[in-house]
Amino acid sequence: MTTTAPASALRRRSPAATASALAAWILILAVLCVASLAFGSAQIPLPELWRAALGSSDAISQATLLGLRVPRTALGVLVGAALGVAGALMQAYTRNPLADPGVLGVNAGAGLAITLAVAFLGVTRIQEYLPFAFIGALVAVILVYLLAAARERPPSPLRMTLVGVAASAVMVGLSQTLALIDVQAFDRMRFWGAGTIADRPSGVLEAVAPWIAIGLVLALMSGRALNAIALGEDLARSVGARVGLTRAGVAVSATLLCGAATAAAGPLAFVGLIVPHIVRPFTGPDQRRIIAFSAVVAPSLLLICDILGRFMAPGELQVGVVTALIGAPILALLARNPRAAHL
Amino acid sequence: MRRALTVRTGFVSVRIDRRMLVLAAVMLTVIVALALWAVTLGSFPISVGQVADTLLGGGGKAARKVVWEWRGPRIAAAILFGALLGMSGAVFQSLTRNPLGSPDVIGFNAGSYTGVVVAMMLGASGYAATVSAAVVGGLIAAVIVYALAFRDGVSGTRLILVGIAISLFFGGLNQWFAVTADVDEALRAAVWGAGSLAKVTPAAVAVAAAIALAALVIMPVAQRWMSMLELGDDTAAMLGLRLERTKALLVVFGILTTAVVTATAGPIAFVALAAPQIGRRLRGRGASVDLLSAALTGALILLAADIVAQHALPGILLPVGAVTVCAGGAYLLWLLAVEGRRR
Repeated sequence: MTTTAPASALRRRSPAATASALAAWILILAVLCVASLAFGSAQIPLPELWRAALGSSDAISQATLLGLRVPRTALGVLVGAALGVAGALMQAYTRNPLADPGVLGVNAGAGLAITLAVAFLGVTRIQEYLPFAFIGALVAVILVYLLAAARERPPSPLRMTLVGVAASAVMVGLSQTLALIDVQAFDRMRFWGAGTIADRPSGVLEAVAPWIAIGLVLALMSGRALNAIALGEDLARSVGARVGLTRAGVAVSATLLCGAATAAAGPLAFVGLIVPHIVRPFTGPDQRRIIAFSAVVAPSLLLICDILGRFMAPGELQVGVVTALIGAPILALLARNPRAAHL
Repeated sequence: MRRALTVRTGFVSVRIDRRMLVLAAVMLTVIVALALWAVTLGSFPISVGQVADTLLGGGGKAARKVVWEWRGPRIAAAILFGALLGMSGAVFQSLTRNPLGSPDVIGFNAGSYTGVVVAMMLGASGYAATVSAAVVGGLIAAVIVYALAFRDGVSGTRLILVGIAISLFFGGLNQWFAVTADVDEALRAAVWGAGSLAKVTPAAVAVAAAIALAALVIMPVAQRWMSMLELGDDTAAMLGLRLERTKALLVVFGILTTAVVTATAGPIAFVALAAPQIGRRLRGRGASVDLLSAALTGALILLAADIVAQHALPGILLPVGAVTVCAGGAYLLWLLAVEGRRR
């Protein structure tokens, strides 16, 4: 950041103001969850929703709700929270406001693994994607770490970022090449690549939830140390922060969060890039607050986009497409705001 | 041995870095050798001697056709386009002072993809229609990015953020097209989007050559501006540079150099990103990004990549963009892995 921070961005916000802002966002998220249950190709009016919650509605609404809307909404909240927190973590870890959760190669690794599985192992069902995506994501990050650590141990965040971007490019290139040769793979990848939380097979939610939970706990634990590291490494050590341990924890946490989210919903990393930028005007530079707010604001954004996507096109528009169309202008406007120059 | 040679004449005096001189000579030799070899490759056998003979005006009728009409234009295109992309990348990396800056930050590539997709949806699929659609789409995106990033001048980070946002927006539109179009149409767009030299016409090569020549003339001036801007806005202004005008001119330079390539060959990925970084590292420790080494490196990468794309997999013609991503990325990874720890 070239400009100096305006005083307003650095002023410490009072805990009460922060708490009420967080409460407001949680309320918004709750309203959005209800909206996500109600709207869609079959509208379910609020009284009906209430009766369904009490278990006394007609069979069709019941089936729509339990079979489709509830899993979809729950996955949206979970994936959104994971991506938002992963984004906040990666931006703090790399000290780069442009880092998205996929910067260490998670999305590219997951994509490559699925392309390989479709092209060579004949995988066709979406249920079978999940393990490949998750393993691909983990392998990619481990590879990035090993390459970055070849000459520098532990590798600096800048090095990890550069290696991550280069490795991502290679993996995306390989997937692209395979997809251009194999029409079958191309056809599958264009839908996976859009990213969606709709019509996920049963079991996805249960499969990713534990990983996301572990990631979130790790993230909340590292908030305090991340604040110290923001002062610079040497200063952080002198105030007692364990720099290496924190870095490792953050990287593991972001990988689990983003890997699980990508495995479940496809590459939606944009959410993780933009949410910390939306959140910072409310939180200031305190990482603990940024993480907590991101965990609430990101699902809200994802649900808004998902609900809008149900109306934007005949059939439905994938949430990944909508996040790009709606999130991009928001990010552009935030970047114009002079207060956003300080991150 | 002195590091630099100084040439003084009555009007101009030039300081030439010795290592740069050697590097340029070596790379030019390699490029020429590679180009000669590339002409001999293919289903019509032709020896290096015959190639030299044909280039000097002799040779049989068939050899002349193969060299001048089939293989020559494509090889010339690879060298020229590579050089242009390398320069474009160097300009944007210098302007944004970020090793991840590339012409993509100005949104040109994503916008031109959208332009081509729109043209396809309207049923226009000829070469001329594709080229003009790419230019129009790219320019619209670039103007939007520049207009949104301009606020009391252009700052590097704001340019990148806005550029990412607008690129993602157009990327969303493209993804929308990819999931709604039928497979064949989506695949055609994807092949264009990967970037390929297969359909480049001699006329397009002539245009590229003219622009490359112009760029070569402008290069010393642009290089001087870039070096001054890298000292920071304040210092550059103090040295007598008119900041905004210079930056705008550099952006135009960067867009023009990338626009020729994207319009005629599609968005060839990663050359612009990798070439300046590789060139900088080849020049040795502490060097900053510069136009000449970036141009030479870019030409070398694209030429080598196109040879691989045509001949590496027998029977399969890959789009060169798919190869540049893999090869350029892999080389950048290797460079990062062997690069010693700099403290």
